[in-house]
Amino acid sequence: MSLAWFARRLLLMVYTVIVVSMLVFAITQVLPADAAQSLLGENATPEMLAALRAKLGLGAPAWQQYLRWAGHVFTGDFGISMRTSQPVGPEMLSALSRSLLLAASSILVTLVVAVPLGVVAALRQGRLADTGVSLIAYLGVSLPEFVTATLLALLLADTLHWLPATGYVSPLEHFGDGISHLALPVLTISVILIAHVMRMMRSETLDVLKSDYIRAARLKGLPERSVLFRHALRNALLPVVTIIGLDVGYLLGGIIVIEEIFAIPGIGRALMVAIAARDLPSIQAGALIMAATYAVTNTLADMAYAVLDPRIRYD
Amino acid sequence: MIELFVRLIRRPQGLVGVTLLALIAVACLFGQALAPYAPEKIDFLGRFRPPGWQNWLGADQFGRDILSRLMVGARSTVPMALIATFVGSAAGAIIGVGSAYLGGRTDEAIMRTNDAVMAIPGLLLALLLVSTLGNGAGNAVIAIAVAFAPGMARVTRSVALNVRNQDYVKAAIARGEGAAWIIFREMLPNVMAPIVIESTIRVSFAVMLFATLSFLGVGAQPPASEWGLMVADARQYMYQAPWGLIVPAAAIALTAIAFNLLGDGLRDALNPKDER
Repeated sequence: MSLAWFARRLLLMVYTVIVVSMLVFAITQVLPADAAQSLLGENATPEMLAALRAKLGLGAPAWQQYLRWAGHVFTGDFGISMRTSQPVGPEMLSALSRSLLLAASSILVTLVVAVPLGVVAALRQGRLADTGVSLIAYLGVSLPEFVTATLLALLLADTLHWLPATGYVSPLEHFGDGISHLALPVLTISVILIAHVMRMMRSETLDVLKSDYIRAARLKGLPERSVLFRHALRNALLPVVTIIGLDVGYLLGGIIVIEEIFAIPGIGRALMVAIAARDLPSIQAGALIMAATYAVTNTLADMAYAVLDPRIRYD
Repeated sequence: MIELFVRLIRRPQGLVGVTLLALIAVACLFGQALAPYAPEKIDFLGRFRPPGWQNWLGADQFGRDILSRLMVGARSTVPMALIATFVGSAAGAIIGVGSAYLGGRTDEAIMRTNDAVMAIPGLLLALLLVSTLGNGAGNAVIAIAVAFAPGMARVTRSVALNVRNQDYVKAAIARGEGAAWIIFREMLPNVMAPIVIESTIRVSFAVMLFATLSFLGVGAQPPASEWGLMVADARQYMYQAPWGLIVPAAAIALTAIAFNLLGDGLRDALNPKDER
């Protein structure tokens, strides 16, 4: 029973990646009436156009073009970048590794800050601490990333000179320098995620505290601390796993802007550069890798949830 | 309708949301007429003038009045987000209700595909579409609408599944009504409330997404004083003139907050029982 559930979930993931690859391909290569023209611009000579059309296989029906591309991608060949003439795959994957470092650090910071704050807000429902936390949460979800990023840079880099404003240093090479360069982008992403997770944590804790088993634990005479930590928190934390999985999707979108602003050579920035240069193979690879990353993390989050809460597997 | 409005503004969050939105609406409708200066009026003596009696919210790198640019820019920011949300929600609602009506394996296939499309982050999908369609405010609106549709389809479908099992829908099927009639005349009107609430909250995302696209240079184009564009312009000078940055940023945030508050307020007003 449970094995079948996991198999089904994996199948869904594969389906998702296939649909996404079709969509990415359709938008980038099929939708433009003449992809070669739009790639090379108005100054292209007929010879250049013909050469590019042949290279992209634009003469063939759309589904044949797609199958050819998908076949190459399946074997790990994302094509040659039109900007740098280097293979796209390795370039994108190393960019992805920097983005994932950024994402993982942000999620870590978010969990450490948001979970306690959400619980405090729930315990002091309607009081000052709760109102304060809710207000901050509202602000967090109402500021676009580029605004949060710019304001934080203005405050922490330009005015207080605490942190470097832009750039990337690998923490593997220079740990301290790497961390200080990561601090602003991580802070920016965390502000938004914290708002999200905190709201969730607050309402979950409120729900759990109203449940029968908490009342039973209290009536049994358990000390409040043990009711809270052993009974309430364990259950309230469960949905956070799902929320984090879903937030990765948001994160990957937000990361495009964050990396652009803080000049971090991650996959978001690689994609923006590719779009600006009309570098078709890089655009396709970047978009597909980002969406596939989301599909994978979302599946992992679902599976983690199913392991933690077996009821899910029997729905 | 009036009763709903009264219930909405009785709560502080609803009242604040409605008041903010009224201000924004005034700026959109009469911003051009009410602005103290022309938004493009260059004043080299007043470059980077801090907020004061001459320029209430300060001046930018060309000495242009930021308040005036903000008021005129409201029209190139907020209505765009509204249109994008409306189109995206309508498309999503039709997909969601249609899927629930068809039911069974078709429903399953549609929703799985819909979920798969949602694996592409909204901003990424919008960026891809705009890069294909070409930069500009109109294409950004289309892109946002497309990016919003799957999310709305999912929300709508979950509500529509309940409606599908109601007797009046079964009666319509028994009468031999066509699919279009059942979807548009029987089911859609009965899923409107949750759609309206969800879309209201989504307008705030649309405002942010549209401003982000403009900020990245692919949405509204200069010389429009769209708010995201104003932030992008002011970033270079943010140390000399932080007000140039903070004012449009605050305008975006307040607009997003206003729609969030209205959405939350509507939800409370429509479901008085839910006290959370």
